[in-house]
Amino acid sequence: MNIVVLVKYIPNPEGTPEMGPDHRLKREGVEGALDPGDEHSVEAALQLAGSDGEVTLVTMGPEAAVGALRRGLSMGGHKGVHVLDDSLKGADVLVTARVLAAVVKRQAGFDLVLAGVESTDGYTGTLPMAVAELLDLPNVTFARKVEVADGTLKVERQTEAGYDEVECPLPAVVTVTAGANEPRYPTLKGIMQAKQKPMDTLSVSDLGLSAEDVKATQEVMGLEPVAAKEAGEVIEDPEEAPGRVVEFLTKAKVI
Amino acid sequence: MLHPLFTEEHEQLRRSVRQFVESELAPHAQEWEREGGFPDWVFKRMGDLGFMGVRFPEEYGGQGGDWGHSIVIAEEMARCGSGGVGMAIAVQSEMATPPIFKFGTEAQKQRFLLPAIKGEKIVCLGITEPNAGSDVAGIETTARPDGDGGWVINGRKIFITNGVRADFCVLVTRNDKEAGHHGFSLFLVDTDTPGFEVSRKLDKLGMRSSDTAELVLDDVRVPSEQLLGEQGHGFVEIMWELQGERVIGAAGSIAGGWLVFEKTLAYAKERHAFGRPIGRFQVNRHKFATMATELEAARQLLYDTALAWERGEYPVKQISMVKLYSGLVVNRVMNECLQLWGGMGYATETGIERAWRDSRLLRIGGGTDEIMREIISKTMGL
Repeated sequence: MNIVVLVKYIPNPEGTPEMGPDHRLKREGVEGALDPGDEHSVEAALQLAGSDGEVTLVTMGPEAAVGALRRGLSMGGHKGVHVLDDSLKGADVLVTARVLAAVVKRQAGFDLVLAGVESTDGYTGTLPMAVAELLDLPNVTFARKVEVADGTLKVERQTEAGYDEVECPLPAVVTVTAGANEPRYPTLKGIMQAKQKPMDTLSVSDLGLSAEDVKATQEVMGLEPVAAKEAGEVIEDPEEAPGRVVEFLTKAKVI
Repeated sequence: MLHPLFTEEHEQLRRSVRQFVESELAPHAQEWEREGGFPDWVFKRMGDLGFMGVRFPEEYGGQGGDWGHSIVIAEEMARCGSGGVGMAIAVQSEMATPPIFKFGTEAQKQRFLLPAIKGEKIVCLGITEPNAGSDVAGIETTARPDGDGGWVINGRKIFITNGVRADFCVLVTRNDKEAGHHGFSLFLVDTDTPGFEVSRKLDKLGMRSSDTAELVLDDVRVPSEQLLGEQGHGFVEIMWELQGERVIGAAGSIAGGWLVFEKTLAYAKERHAFGRPIGRFQVNRHKFATMATELEAARQLLYDTALAWERGEYPVKQISMVKLYSGLVVNRVMNECLQLWGGMGYATETGIERAWRDSRLLRIGGGTDEIMREIISKTMGL
């Protein structure tokens, strides 16, 4: 089975990211890594591909983004595609989806596209659906388990109450949750082998996209910090408590 | 900038090991300290992940790495927060096994080295005895021919890391009392051989998650194919082993010193006394400056020494300096840091007192400060 995994290189996943003057994350000149959420989709892909399948990792981003591909390749991925183009700076979700969909289309004979549920930096959680739409493929989100049997995709889709069992034809786009698996740690052998694996670097024009296709239609106008949570009220008197709770719930129109 | 000992691939390995240590080992540190041991699965898991014997070739379970990779692993193991775990793993993968790789026969490598690197067998290294520690040449455990081509071993060993649960032991013996330094031989001894007994599990100040044994060898019969290296060459062979042991020991201890330093620095920026963060008082600021300078000097000396070895030198004097200096510096750092934490450092919950206790071994194990000074001063014609 041939699987394409959409991966993202994010700045400083364990620290506090910095914002630039354009109200966007500073992505250049800072330490970064493969988005920890994407490690789960890479792991899922490696397990599904088995010994005869192929896992292709695709990313879009500045030069350092190649680090995300390297990490995925050192885990066991087979090849990487990096879309690197100055015109993509400030790309919004739709532009990113157009670019990634264009890369996926070029992968002959792919069976499945996997992605994380949402990125750890931007958190829009909408990119995989946009890619599926542009490719005209079915999309299953929040997969906590992915299997393929007789050419059909079987997914356990995480819900708030439990999970849904979803079946869909291939190819499809699936987002994988962090609960789906334990990603492997790259071994030294895997890290050294990754250096020899094929890596393509493509520009927007290589993908046959026009300047208009990659023009962002969204602009971040400003940023406001989230208001700090106010301290809660503690009622210590057991006599008083039931009445006060009822009063609170009534006021909140819960009861 | 990366030291020339390391490449980008070394840093990638560092990330792998760090993730593993932080997610699978560190959460258990308290519990393992309390119980005075850590489970055997850690050996197996690290073997499966390719984090054991990283410098050995693939055919013996290794990853074909270099000194830089071994140092990365030793440094990251310090993040476990329980010094005994890193020490026990280092004994397995960087101390007891290198002599098998360097001096062993192919059959010995297959039977002993491979399962140890896979983490399927636990190994200990038997050098120290009740009457011979720093004075290695004074060891009294004897190996004599049994008349059938094999050997009979008798004696006692003490302070043996992993000794309580080891499957086999790399044992230093004296096979010829009259031959001086040429009268020593190494043996690979299965711990289930009749006469091989763990007489005590020793209690100790620090490194409490690692087991430490006293062993009794009473007419232990070993076939000739378990003689490791050349008969009579054991002293030189074990001196070679100790050089690697000192490099790896220093790597783990300096990394441990840095971790406690960073944690203390963060605390000194937050903790207020007399109207300001305690790190802002000149007396404390200067402490941090001194500690960082000394830790950095120790680290650079370590890296340069490992690089010299990697490039084919055998830098015994420099290794002795690294061992001596890192032990002294890390002990000073732990002591100053505990003082900066005050009561919170003395309480067990911050892990500072544990690091302070663990670090004391660095000036004793693998060759004391005094022995390091002897080796260094001998090179000066004194």
